[in-house]
Amino acid sequence: MGCAALRLLFFLLVVKPFLLLAVGINVRRRDRLPRRGPALIVANHNSHLDALVLMAMLPLRLLPRVRPVASAEYFLRGRWRSWFATRVIGIIPVATCGGGSRAEVLEPVRDALAVGDMVIFFPEGTRGEPECLGKLKTGIVWLVEQLPETPVHPVRLSGLGKVLPKGHWLPVPFLCDAWVGETLRWQGDRSGFMAALAASLTPPEPQVAAVREGQI
Amino acid sequence: MSVTLFSPLTVVLGGVWALLLLATAVVWRLEPASAVNGELRPRVRSWWLIVVLCSLALTFSRTAALLFFALVSFLALKEYLTLIPTRRADRRVLLWAYLSIPVQYFWIHIEWYGMFIIFIPVYLFLLLPVAMVLSGETQGHLRTAGSLHWGLMSMVFGLSHLAYLLVLPQAQYPHVSGAGLVLFLLLLTELNDVAQYCWGKGLGKHKISPTVSPNKTVEGFVGGVVTTVLLSALLAPWLTPFSTVDALLAGALIAVAGFFGDLSLSALKRDLGIKDSGNLLPGHGGILDRVDSLTYTAPLFFHFIRYFYF
Repeated sequence: MGCAALRLLFFLLVVKPFLLLAVGINVRRRDRLPRRGPALIVANHNSHLDALVLMAMLPLRLLPRVRPVASAEYFLRGRWRSWFATRVIGIIPVATCGGGSRAEVLEPVRDALAVGDMVIFFPEGTRGEPECLGKLKTGIVWLVEQLPETPVHPVRLSGLGKVLPKGHWLPVPFLCDAWVGETLRWQGDRSGFMAALAASLTPPEPQVAAVREGQI
Repeated sequence: MSVTLFSPLTVVLGGVWALLLLATAVVWRLEPASAVNGELRPRVRSWWLIVVLCSLALTFSRTAALLFFALVSFLALKEYLTLIPTRRADRRVLLWAYLSIPVQYFWIHIEWYGMFIIFIPVYLFLLLPVAMVLSGETQGHLRTAGSLHWGLMSMVFGLSHLAYLLVLPQAQYPHVSGAGLVLFLLLLTELNDVAQYCWGKGLGKHKISPTVSPNKTVEGFVGGVVTTVLLSALLAPWLTPFSTVDALLAGALIAVAGFFGDLSLSALKRDLGIKDSGNLLPGHGGILDRVDSLTYTAPLFFHFIRYFYF
């Protein structure tokens, strides 16, 4: 990781001011965020901003050890994008649509956790429709099975899919929420773990959404 | 806008700081830190933030004050647009709406009154629907155009009147400064809110508008109007060119307008099903709840003073 200083500057001068002014993130239960690695931070995924928001929520001193898992097919395309994603942001690229086995695909993620990094992981696999939780993939279970001591911190993000949805490049300011759920730990029960994770990431609704659809 | 150490502006600001210090001391005594439902302490804290920022903006320079009010407009519009339902197709239109803020405050900066007064009611009123039509989506057209324009009129056009007070030509009234007028309006509007709240808490019995805002009572309203009128008579000689009669009228105008501005935003929240904005956006109930009265008092007070004095 040669560009730790660059990453610090990028977050200090670009990401943080942008999120503070143009967006406005309201973090609830910040106290539940991890203070040291190894840790998995798991969130729903609607926007390119998600990873940046999750990184910016953590104290700056942890930044060098925070690594978002991201699609190799998308982020390693093109020289500059690849340099920016791997060097400045520090992503762990994984081959999302290759034919590799789960172990092959997620090995780099496990290795990062094994050396004590904090890993940001989107179990939906890709950016979905705003305010809807897509189907969670079970790769996360493989990870916690491999490293059962790793705490899993679910974070429910809302609003970012409106600020910068898939297929758009121009962000539009809206207020956003990030709700940190109760820390999950691997108990050996696959379906119980996935259900608890899905519950933490599902938007509370439906009352607010119903009101929004029906009225005005 | 040159501010000396002992101008009416700084003296009144000093009074505000003293009042807030007093309020802080009282609240810290009344409400122990352990109080579970303590709502006064956070309130006093946010008042400190508001008073410090306003004091800096009003005493530093005219440009600083304009930038500060443009920022307030932006935060208010952002909160409003977050609350209302928006269509995906309108992202570009919403960006145009946000861009109207620097433009509107630029007209104030160059003191182009004619443009300031028609830019949003005429040009944006016509232009934004055009931008919406170009996106090709027709479903919900009227709803979107209407709610968007309402937000612009309140949060940008309405609030920017506060800033235009800064640039009203003041040569004929040597002791009056634009910043002083802004302070007068801000103080009376916010104190009117506080006074209505206090009178209502203390004596309130008869609800004025139970369906919109159950906390509003006749007693609170009348007490608020009387308090604000008296405060206006007290402050006007320091900060404004008003005669005594006009000071009383301005006080009454601010009190009544502030009341309806508050009520109008309450109705909007009811309509959206978020009277408890705390449920949807905890901690964000901030800006809109603070500027709701101002969206009514600022344009009305501005035209009152402009018609009779400038």
